[in-house]
Amino acid sequence: MYDINHIYEANSVEEAIQRRIEQPQALIISGGSDILIGIRAGKLAGCDLISLYMIDELRGVSLDEDGTIRIGSLTSFASVTKSPVIQKYVNVLGEAADKVGGPQIRNIGTIGGNTCNGVTSADTASTLMAYDAIIELTGAEGKRLVPIEKFYLGAKKTDIRADEIQTAVLIRPESYRGYHGYYYKYAMRSAMDIATSGCSVNVRLSEDKKRIEDARICYGVAGPIPLRTRSAEQAAYGQPVSRDTVEAFAAGALKDVNPRTSWRATKEFRIQIQGELARRCLTEAINRAGGIWA
Amino acid sequence: MIEKQYKQITFTLNGKQVSTSVDVRESLADMLRREFGLTSVKKGCEVGECGACTVLINGDVFASCIFLAIWADGKDVMTVEGLVDTDGHIADIQQAFIDEAAVQCGFCTPGFIMSAERLLRTGKRYTRDELRKELSGNMCRCTGYHNIINAVEKAMNARLEAAGKQPV
Repeated sequence: MYDINHIYEANSVEEAIQRRIEQPQALIISGGSDILIGIRAGKLAGCDLISLYMIDELRGVSLDEDGTIRIGSLTSFASVTKSPVIQKYVNVLGEAADKVGGPQIRNIGTIGGNTCNGVTSADTASTLMAYDAIIELTGAEGKRLVPIEKFYLGAKKTDIRADEIQTAVLIRPESYRGYHGYYYKYAMRSAMDIATSGCSVNVRLSEDKKRIEDARICYGVAGPIPLRTRSAEQAAYGQPVSRDTVEAFAAGALKDVNPRTSWRATKEFRIQIQGELARRCLTEAINRAGGIWA
Repeated sequence: MIEKQYKQITFTLNGKQVSTSVDVRESLADMLRREFGLTSVKKGCEVGECGACTVLINGDVFASCIFLAIWADGKDVMTVEGLVDTDGHIADIQQAFIDEAAVQCGFCTPGFIMSAERLLRTGKRYTRDELRKELSGNMCRCTGYHNIINAVEKAMNARLEAAGKQPV
């Protein structure tokens, strides 16, 4: 038996918003693979919950007419990975979602929960940030769109207002068309583990595949929230596809990362890993984009 | 004193429609054991890490210890008890675990059986590496996994053969 004070169930977005207004003290539970563990550990014991799990309208991946990819916030990691839209346009997101936990966790954990919990190690968060994803929030006044980088306010803090729930994660066509990417999760085990660090890179190459037109890189566990390292990106813009560019990119990344020591790994170890992650992810992203190395 | 909160739910359990009133704080694992006596559903870690409580919900694997019982409303839930046929014969995957000595203490076995059953139902052929990945949410502290993979592979090959597909 979980130590829950009261559960307010919502069966639609409208009902969820109404519950949010009526029960401002209640926590939102979507799949529960964080919340229920927190309750069991005692950290969240005795809480009130607003359950979104039965809101099926928030499940699924679709492609809007303008090419925007819309991922309903309750879509499970496994459904993200299996989605033909994800596989065709942003397969690196499906690959990142497939690194979470194990099969059972990937069926219950949601992309909305993975971003709303504001956790730096979340496997999908760094890739979503590398794609400049947009967070869609719905409240009493209607919808609000927030760029994912602004959505993260601090460790475990995200920009969700008192009457809102997150209803979708959007990826615009200009963020993914022509881009190829790669996500690397560094962890002690290949399943049922949380990333010591993770890195997601995507690149767009010139027509002759010899020059980097655009590059985006985002780390998990390089700071309190998922972190874009702009110094790395600036070191890659317009540069030839070469080993020197990869090295400059990694050096740029190391200027910006700021990991801490935790029981999982020391700061020094994470920095060591993060330099290498930048190299490997950029190299693999370039290879996937069909890059021709100088 | 907190007022207790119950919810009436109706769902399919091992092929039969059932209805019950459930305390909203209860996990699916607790409800299946307490209300329906389905003790194949093992409570190991109770935080969704060990896989001993794995059941199928609408055909997919879930850790029933971190799934609220109220969420089962309207769903199709299956446990190891549901694999036994009407004459009481155990399923091919269960027999394969016996044949391959894939059981030692047995605590993790029902969870592994359900994860394996989900794979067998896809009708796909998995390599041993793919089987390891698909079973990575289930922990066994006795066997070292080798015989478990053997058992799943054996049952998979038998089903593929029965379906006229080439075994691995």
